[in-house]
Amino acid sequence: MSSLTVSSVYKKRKSYTWLYFLLPSIAIMLVFFIYPILLTFFYSFTNLALTGEAAKELKFVGFDNYVRMFHDPTVRVSIWNTLIFLIGSAVIGQQVLGFIIALLMKHKNRLFRRIIGTIVLAGWVTPEIVCALCLYSFFGDEGTLNAILSFVGISDVTWLYTVPMLTIILANIWHGTAFSMLVFQAALDDVPTEIEEAAVVDGASRLQILFRITIPYIKDTILTNMMLVTLQTLGVFGLIYAMTGGGPGTSTTTLPIFMYNQAFVNYQLGYGTAISLLLLLLGIVLSLFYIRSMKEQ
Amino acid sequence: MNAKQRNLIYRILPYLILTVIGICFLLPLLWVLVASVDSNALQSLKMPTRFTGANYGAVITNGENQRAFLIGLVMSLGQAVIVVILGLLAAYPLSRYQMKYKKPFMLTILFMTSLPITAVMVPVYQLFLSLKLYNNIFGVILFYVASSMPYGIWMLKNFMDSVPNDMEEAAWVDGASVFTGIRKVVAPLMIPGICTVAIFTFSGSWGNFFVPYILLQSPENFPASLKLYQFFGQYGMADYGKLAAFSVLYALPSVVLYILSQQFMSKGFGLQGGTKG
Repeated sequence: MSSLTVSSVYKKRKSYTWLYFLLPSIAIMLVFFIYPILLTFFYSFTNLALTGEAAKELKFVGFDNYVRMFHDPTVRVSIWNTLIFLIGSAVIGQQVLGFIIALLMKHKNRLFRRIIGTIVLAGWVTPEIVCALCLYSFFGDEGTLNAILSFVGISDVTWLYTVPMLTIILANIWHGTAFSMLVFQAALDDVPTEIEEAAVVDGASRLQILFRITIPYIKDTILTNMMLVTLQTLGVFGLIYAMTGGGPGTSTTTLPIFMYNQAFVNYQLGYGTAISLLLLLLGIVLSLFYIRSMKEQ
Repeated sequence: MNAKQRNLIYRILPYLILTVIGICFLLPLLWVLVASVDSNALQSLKMPTRFTGANYGAVITNGENQRAFLIGLVMSLGQAVIVVILGLLAAYPLSRYQMKYKKPFMLTILFMTSLPITAVMVPVYQLFLSLKLYNNIFGVILFYVASSMPYGIWMLKNFMDSVPNDMEEAAWVDGASVFTGIRKVVAPLMIPGICTVAIFTFSGSWGNFFVPYILLQSPENFPASLKLYQFFGQYGMADYGKLAAFSVLYALPSVVLYILSQQFMSKGFGLQGGTKG
């Protein structure tokens, strides 16, 4: 009796009822997410602007924005800055530091692990504007770092002016390392202890075990994590904007900052969109790699 | 150096390195905590001149700040509730029905979870101008919902997969509709998953700066994140105590929610979020 009723419900399901369930979320994603992505491609070929002549009528300008980008020295600087920021803070900084923390924490005193883990996590949980403020004051002219250094006789380094890129890289490491730490902690826990123990018996050194066994074993996790961290770092805006505003000069102007300046300070929306397309394409390529790696797992 | 000494070094060294790393991470954070209760806070970390609650008092009693916190709360709560409701609805057929394009659809969803939102903000701004949603708090909520919908659907679908069919089927036999089945049987069994999604979407928008910065114009619409930035620019140099107190109050919900979410994420932290695809 009951099986009959159930199967009739299943039969009913074969109609298009699923559409009603999915429709609201698909509609909202289409309008506010997918449509803007398509617009990015479209607007980047227009002279869209907020003020002046171009604001009155939207015109197709073909590849003008891209030609302009190609000749714009600031674009080259921003791409370069973005790469340094990505590699310094995400690929190397967060990943390596996160891995080192996770590795060193293994089999340590529980209370100690908890304390260190909580401190690192605190930087991750803290909203980015608060992170910017904390690190701005840390690196400030009269900030904590200079106060500490004055004890050893080094006086008043203007960190935010002399090495601005380093300060935002360290700030992003401070903010993001916990994610990699958590990922690697989970991955390292999955490495079977028998393999490592067998290597010890065979007389392998600690470094050999690390590079020949542990790292190859979690290779997939490292790759997936690298793509996720890079994707997260690619879009970082608030942290840099609040700490240095992209300056001094253009020394910390990454692509998101440059896009913002072109679109909302110079009101060149079309040009700004062309720049954001660069970001988007980079994001799309990395995301495709990411889902490919997820499919394999 | 003999073997015994070397062993000792190998045992102590990790603690030493971790302690140094820990101190580096702690110092910037300690500053904001200490400065917030210092009657005469400076840019650098120091012992408070006098412990005081006055900074917090001044921030909390300020009407503009209250408004900013309230707006932030409305945005993030609104987003979290809508994402959970729409996400549950979308997850249901994805989890229970045989559908032709389920796999490519789920992969598209996964793909969308990782796209950088920053890259679409210029067109979104233009879209909001033409839809008359610019400078509208509700508009920001809509965009937040759209941008976190992929994450919500992905997570809720996977959580729903682990709820067995039997109980729901039993409810149908007793005359319950599909909706009642979701509401009374499936959703209650997914409370940990629902809380995880709600907490992560809430924290994501609570901490977001760029989206409201682009989509809102008048200061009376600003959520807490923009208010803090404004505060930072205007009075930052003058009043570190209040700035720090505002920061701590603003960061507090994110911290509390993170701690809460740990109780729901019993499965630990894997890249898959404890799911099968």
